[in-house]
Amino acid sequence: MKIKSLILYCLISSIFLFSLVSIWKVLSTLQGIDLENFNFAIILTLGIGISLINLIVGDKFHKAIKSIIFAILFTFVDGYLLQLMPIWYNIGIFGILIFYSFKIDKYNQKNLELDHSSQTVVFEFLTLFGIVLFSFVILFPFYMMIITSFKTQAALLINPLDFSINFAQDIKELFKSYFVIFDTYKFGRYILISTFVSVGTVIVTLIFAIPAAYAVARLNFFGKNFLSTSILIIYMFPAIVLVIPLYTVFSQLGLRNNVGGLLIVYTATTLPVAIYMLQGYFKSIPKELEEAAIMDKLNWFGIIIKIILPLSIPAISSVALYVFMIAWNEFLFSLMFLDNPNSFTLSRAIQYLSGDAETPRQYLMAGSVVVTIPVLFIFVYFEKYLVSGLTAGSVKG
Amino acid sequence: MSDTLSKIEKRTAYILLLPAVFLVFSIILFPIFANVWISFKEVGLKDIRIPEPRAKKIVKSLKDRPDEIKIIYKLRNSSLILDIRDVKFQEKIPKDFEPLNLDERCQLKSNTIYCNFGNWKAKYKENFQVILVNKSGKKIDKKEIKSIKPKLSGKSDNILLNTNFTLKNFKKVFFQNEFFDLLSTTFYYTFFGTVGSIVFGILAAQLVNQKFFGRTFMRSILLFPYVGPVVALAYTWELLLDPYSGTLNNLLLNFQVIQEPLNLLGQKYLTINFFGFDLKLRLALTTVIIFEIWRYFPLAFLFILARLQAVPKELYEAADVDGAGPIQKFISITLPQIMAVISILFMIRFIWNFNKFEDIFLLTGGASGTRTLPINVYEQGFTISDIGMGSAVSIVIVLLLLIFMFIYFRLLGRRADEN
Repeated sequence: MKIKSLILYCLISSIFLFSLVSIWKVLSTLQGIDLENFNFAIILTLGIGISLINLIVGDKFHKAIKSIIFAILFTFVDGYLLQLMPIWYNIGIFGILIFYSFKIDKYNQKNLELDHSSQTVVFEFLTLFGIVLFSFVILFPFYMMIITSFKTQAALLINPLDFSINFAQDIKELFKSYFVIFDTYKFGRYILISTFVSVGTVIVTLIFAIPAAYAVARLNFFGKNFLSTSILIIYMFPAIVLVIPLYTVFSQLGLRNNVGGLLIVYTATTLPVAIYMLQGYFKSIPKELEEAAIMDKLNWFGIIIKIILPLSIPAISSVALYVFMIAWNEFLFSLMFLDNPNSFTLSRAIQYLSGDAETPRQYLMAGSVVVTIPVLFIFVYFEKYLVSGLTAGSVKG
Repeated sequence: MSDTLSKIEKRTAYILLLPAVFLVFSIILFPIFANVWISFKEVGLKDIRIPEPRAKKIVKSLKDRPDEIKIIYKLRNSSLILDIRDVKFQEKIPKDFEPLNLDERCQLKSNTIYCNFGNWKAKYKENFQVILVNKSGKKIDKKEIKSIKPKLSGKSDNILLNTNFTLKNFKKVFFQNEFFDLLSTTFYYTFFGTVGSIVFGILAAQLVNQKFFGRTFMRSILLFPYVGPVVALAYTWELLLDPYSGTLNNLLLNFQVIQEPLNLLGQKYLTINFFGFDLKLRLALTTVIIFEIWRYFPLAFLFILARLQAVPKELYEAADVDGAGPIQKFISITLPQIMAVISILFMIRFIWNFNKFEDIFLLTGGASGTRTLPINVYEQGFTISDIGMGSAVSIVIVLLLLIFMFIYFRLLGRRADEN
């Protein structure tokens, strides 16, 4: 057995154990448990001990028995150290230890003698570590957003670490923030406006983009190359450099505070990417189909409606979803163009809420949940389409 | 024959393209050029309102003469700066009424009063009055009279359309606006944001490229920060990082990692004692960069993962035969395979981070050392209300952007040549 591999195996695995236990402790603290120490030294020693015993015992016991023994041992020591923890906390620790023991089970004395065993150990534990850490860091803000929307300002100020929700209370009390934002702050109206603008943008963008993409993909005309490169270049220009002239012109034309004006701007800014994505797909459709159609004396309108559209449903859906997402999440233009609360989009409404320092934060978070849920839902449900849209078009963002 | 066909083809192409090109031209290209125009002008936010002649109508009955009624129009020029020329006024009067001693600037034609008020200076105000005599003898309905609205019209100069140009804005941009501070903040933010998101993108892609339970689920989760609305995410982070009631600070205090709460978004510098040297870290800027990385690494992840999945398995099998370890495999197989994607990603993300506005605006509003060029556009234009200055800063952004794009397309071209 190589000493280097042995040391690395013990250290890395116990650090991994420590990080798992620490994350569990953080989450428990947020449920109101009074924990003030990660006990780094003790848990590391325990981890190293367990890893070593695992090596020494090897295959002599079945791995289930081994895991349960390790878990009971660790839970007992940890429970003794911390004193009087609720039972669910200990069950969590027990579960973590079972998981951990299963992960280290595959290492034995032979295993550590192989070539590159030290690198393999590091790589495998880093992967596990990465998965846990990435999920935690990404999900935590979303978790906080949801929890905060169910709490009250007073409770949040007294103990910001108390994330526990009292489910025993009346449903009206529990969802109070949501009732308030819909009743007092007219979020129902904002949802309608946001939906109208986003869906409208998708429809208008597709109406403009499909013929244009067809022309770029199929027809020969003067300036075609110039056009296809300028699509990409135009796409790279950010909203912030358009804001001032658009603001002045829209003010003078009376198009501000007008949802229609917003729709025009969203359509124009998403058109380049929509054309770019669609023309790539149209090019992959076999030309023979259209040649047959031309023989049947179909004009370009007929070709697009009868041949191109039915064949490119997947591409059109990914463009539609991508455009919807951009329009739904857009903030800068809605900030510039809307200052009448009657025509706010959801994003603008939340920003307006936060502008008032008196607004309790649970309302802000309830609003955030309302604006986030639809996009995440659509994303998870149509992930396949959206991911292809993102990779094709997400030069932007 | 083929000649006419190709003509038809061309014509069809132009018809198909016209709506899209027109829209993109008017909403994207026109503003970019308009920026150039505005940036050479001295225009404030208040100047862009077109001056309008306005009238407020007040109806008064006269005590001693019940059959007469007095109407006062409070006329004014809505602009404090610009004149209105050739102001015209017209209003219908109700049936059975007749004006008495009509003002000499006005005349009556088929039950309508037409007036010609001539030129109004800026801030012009006048109380113009008309007395109407009731011929029918019925009771006068004041509300009915008040409901008729006068029509006013006039011509005025549009400050945006005249040809007075000045270099003042650009002088201010470069010499008074702490320009190099702005530029360095922007580059610092852009560079570290880009590199960070790519590094984490590579790590995440490496993770998800391995087989483990819940891998597709993990892939969805990794994209959440990118698809979520920026407003919601930024405010959540703001609450999370709040120095007094934020979860992060309280957790760190609770576990005794720090002794005093850190104002992560509101403190410009954090001094760290590092082996006796005092290092000054730009705290708020670093926090904003971390948010930026958190939000945009999914994009890098997606691109790199797609590339990783296309790497032929045989390469790794051959490396196994040769006895290469994981690190060696990563350095000599994976890295060269994803290098092309990384360099393109770097350019794209660099350009986009350079222009990033919403994230910083929502987190810090550009305070505590996080003012980048895009934030400056907004501040100049809408906080200080100097539209001309805002445009001048926009022009600087556009010029820098064109340079980046030139480099990017050169790079893209060279890649295409190599393959």
